[in-house]
This record gives sequence, structure tokens and C-alpha cells, in this order.
Amino acid sequence: MADVAAPMPAAVEDRHAEAIAAHRRRRRLGPMFWIPAAWLVVLILAAAAAPWLGLAPPDEIDWMAIQAPPGVENHILGTDVLGRDILSRVLHGARVSLTVGFAAPAIGVGIGLALGLAAGYFRGWVDEVVGILIDAWLAIPGLAVLLLFSAVFGGSLSMVCLSLGLLFIPAAARITRAQTLSYANREFVLAARAMGASDARILLREVLPNIVWPLMAFVMIDIPIAIVVEGALSFLGLSVKAPTPSWGGMIAEGREHIEDSSWISLIPTAVMFVTVLSFNLAGDVIRRRFADTREAAL
Amino acid sequence: MNALLRRAGRLAVVLAVVTLITFLLVAALPGDVALDIAGADATEQEVAEIRAEIGLDRSLAVRYLDWVSGIVTGDWGQSWRTGERVWDAIAQRVPASLELMVLAQIIAVSLAIPAALLCARAPDGRVDRAIGFLAFGSVSMPSFMTAVLLILLFSLTLGWLPATGYEPLSAGLWENLRPMILPALSLALVEWTALMRTLRAEMIGVLQENYIALARAKGMSDRRILVVHALRPSSFSMITLLGLQVGRLMGGSIIIEQIFGIPGVGRLLVTSVFSRDFMMIQGCVTFFALAYVLANFCTDLAYARLDPRVRGLGGKAGAHG
Repeated sequence: MADVAAPMPAAVEDRHAEAIAAHRRRRRLGPMFWIPAAWLVVLILAAAAAPWLGLAPPDEIDWMAIQAPPGVENHILGTDVLGRDILSRVLHGARVSLTVGFAAPAIGVGIGLALGLAAGYFRGWVDEVVGILIDAWLAIPGLAVLLLFSAVFGGSLSMVCLSLGLLFIPAAARITRAQTLSYANREFVLAARAMGASDARILLREVLPNIVWPLMAFVMIDIPIAIVVEGALSFLGLSVKAPTPSWGGMIAEGREHIEDSSWISLIPTAVMFVTVLSFNLAGDVIRRRFADTREAAL
Repeated sequence: MNALLRRAGRLAVVLAVVTLITFLLVAALPGDVALDIAGADATEQEVAEIRAEIGLDRSLAVRYLDWVSGIVTGDWGQSWRTGERVWDAIAQRVPASLELMVLAQIIAVSLAIPAALLCARAPDGRVDRAIGFLAFGSVSMPSFMTAVLLILLFSLTLGWLPATGYEPLSAGLWENLRPMILPALSLALVEWTALMRTLRAEMIGVLQENYIALARAKGMSDRRILVVHALRPSSFSMITLLGLQVGRLMGGSIIIEQIFGIPGVGRLLVTSVFSRDFMMIQGCVTFFALAYVLANFCTDLAYARLDPRVRGLGGKAGAHG
């Protein structure tokens, strides 16, 4: 029994330590995750705290500083055509963009999840109807639907979130359906059914927990898309109503004066670009991580 | 052929649902058209007459069936605002939209193919990473932002290309293309990334195949292997994607046409929404859906022709799943 307690040969230990180190290296998220994540955290905090940061209100007109370039006293990022503080407007606009960015995918994935579960589990006519609805939904360009929605229901923030959320239903429903199909005939589902579990119980307790995580990876991609589409809508003047600032609206307003006061457009453009890029980069790292762990589990 | 017919039948159902959704949304638009047409100081009697004249006094179901049967027989109705025939208005604007989208897709593909070849040549190498990062940046830049920046750079600062405008083809090829370059580029700079990634992923898979190893063993150069042997079998997913992208492209063209003042269908839709031109909105959305469905149907056909394995099967199976 002595050799059990004996220390491992040095070579084996080395290889072991190496493997652990390699594993840790893989676990580490790296700068491609932390730099974007840091920007997002700062932006989210600043947007949440925007009213209490001591900035001028986003719709306050400073008659002494119309179209002031960045760096001028009291206005770090300058002012727009009406003399409104751009930093304040960017941060208040971030509230709109981030709310839509998180709420719209949540709504869409929620509805898509329900539809996909039903289609994949019950099959038959439910599947057929859901399939036709999704195909029809995909056939109308998203922006056209949104144009109509905003014309019908007006531009309140909750309506923008809801109608944007509808765009995310098809993809979420398709993924859920495919995943449900593959789980619906697995042993543990059969076992639950044999024990007399109801359909609702099987769906919620047996199938759902297995498909939630792959779907989360899709929510990560949907956030920047939602921010971009909200930007496009507000650029066209069809998102939240003025005077509520939004990034797309600010870019559109500055476009008229881009030749002499380019910063009015370029600052919100840069902030939006960095934010969307950050979501994309951080999301990609997390998605890869998921793929890795799933491969390791297999 | 049977699968193809079933698919066509399904598309018809899909289009029926699309028209119904559109019709209901448009019917829910606030405001009374008859009142708009009659003007503010019309009597109730006059308003009622106008309402009867344009058929708004009928039930929703009758109005829907009337409109849809019109679409099937080629009568898309008439704008209540401008008096234009809806179909004529759309048909007149199709060339500009089509040109924009085709040009954008050509630019996107010609960016995606070389980039994907460079990436697939050494996956995870330095070039691959650089292009991957570039793609991230490119896809994080929505087309309307790219458009603003391109105008600032090429129109206002350098003065090479016009910022707005449209010239018909009859004005000469270059005159026609010149104002289209920036709008098409704005769209393409978003679209190329998805094409590139799909092609790259599939090509990396194809490069593992035995016949590639054989070609390599015969001493064929890397470039020749990539371009001659790997490109075609790697391009199926990308071609499917080209079809799927038509939807996104049409969405993108709506805003791009607005920015660059291109008289296309997207711009017609936006102005119709702003002016509450009900028939025109219905017509435009239906047209977009029809175009999308047809484009995907054609993609399936092209797909079947390109891939010998699905030839004769009449395209890939069901639209979803």
C-alpha cells in the first residue's frame, strides 16, 4: 500500500501541472472579453445614473453655447444645433438603447420559446401552424413591420420594445423547436411520461432546462441587433418621440450640419459603434465558451 | 417535383398570412381616411359619401377579400392620396431598388470570397484573426451609420461621389452608377461579414476532404486548390444565405434609399407610412414579401442545380427544421 501514498513521478506531475495550466488558460476570458465588458459596465452605470451626474438636462438649451465643439467649458462633448449638451444626451439616449437592447430580445425569445416548445413537442397541426406563422413573419422585412407598428401604436418606449421584440421570435422559435424535437424522445422524457407526468410538467421540468442555455447564447447576439434596429428606427424618427434623446435621432439631427459641426453626428455614432462592437465581442467569447464546455461534456 | 409543388403550396399560404397581417395592421392605423379626403369643413353627409365611394363602409372581411382578389388578378388598388395606381407606382420604383440591392450583393460577395479564402487557408492564423476582427467591426456598424460616414468622407471631404440623387440607366452607365456606389457600399459593408463567415466555415470543412488531400499530394498549389477545387463545393451555404439575405437587404434598402434620396420601393413605403397612404403601404409590404418568397424559391432551385446530391430531389426539404 506504500506506493499509493508515494509522490507521483516528477514527469507525470509536470504533465499534470501543464494540463491544469492549459485548462486555466482556456478558462481565462482574456482582454477580448474584459475590455468590451468594462466599457459596457461603465456605460450601463453612467446611463442608469445619468440624471444624478450633475450634467445639464438633455433638453436644456444653452443659448451661450450653440453648436459648441467638444472641450468647451461646461460641455465636455460639445453641444448640438439647439445648444443641448451632447454628453447628457448620449447618456440619456443610452437609457433608451440599453432598455430596448435588453427588453426586446427577452420578449422575442420568451414568445419564440413558447411557440418552439409547442411546435416541437406536439408536432402535427401545431407544428404546421407555427411554421407558417414564422415563414410569414420572416417574409416581411423587419423594418417594414416596425414602420407599420410605430405608425399604429405610436412611439412609447414600451411599444418600441414590444414591436422590436417580435423580430426575434422566428429564430428563437426555430432553435427551440429543433432542440425540443431532439429531446422529446429521449429516455428521461419517456420515463417521466411513463410515471404519468403531464405534458406541461414534461415541457417545463424535463425539456426546458435542457434548451435554455443554447438559447441564451442567441440572446447575446440579439442584444446588439436590437440596439442597431432601434437606432435605425430613431434615425427615421419612428422610435421614441422627441424630446427624449436617442442615438439614432441624434445622428439624424447632426447629419444636416455634418460639414461644419461633424461632432454632433460623430459622437453618438462612435458611442453606438463601440457599444455594439462590445456586445458582439463579449458575446462571441461567451458563445465560444459555451461551445467548448458542451464539447467537453460530450 | 412533388416536393417542389408542396413547397409552392406552402408559399401561397404564407403569402395569404402576410397579406392578412399587413391588412389588419393597416386597418388599425389611427385616423379616418374619408375625413382626410373630405377635408376639415366637410359635412357628415359628404364624409359618409366618400367613405362609401372608396368602399370603407364595408366590413373588414369583405374589404380584405376584395383587396386580395385584386392582387391576384393584378389590380393592386389606387392610392387615396395621390390617385396613383399602386402597381404602377411600385413598378416604376423597382429598377432603382433592384439596382441598389444587386450592386450591394455584388460588392458583398466580392469582398466575402477573397476574405474567406484568406481565412480558410490558415484558420486561426494571424490573417484569419485580423479579418475576423475586421468583420466584427464591420457588422457592428449599421448601414445608416456607414452611410453618414461615407457621405462625410467621399462626398463632403473628398468630393468624389455625390451624396444624393439618382440617374436612370438611360442617362448613361457611369452617370447611373456614380450615385449608386455609396448607397450600395453602405449596405454591402454590413452584409459581407455573414457571407464571409459562412463560406470560411464551410471551406475549412471541405479542405479536410480526401480529394483535397489528393490534390495536395499531387503537388497542386494552395491557391489552385482553394479556387479551383474547394470554392464550389464550399459555396452552398453561402448561396442559401444570399437568398435569406434578400429580406435583410430589403429592410436595409428602406433606410438607405431614404438617406440617399433614391426613388425606390423602400422610400415609397416610408413616405406612404408618414402620409398614411393605406393602399400604398399594403401594396409595398405585399410586394416586399412576394419578392422575398420568390427570391428564396429561386435560391432553392439554384441550390438544387449546383449540388448534384440534391439534383432531382426538387430542392431541399421543408422550409423549416
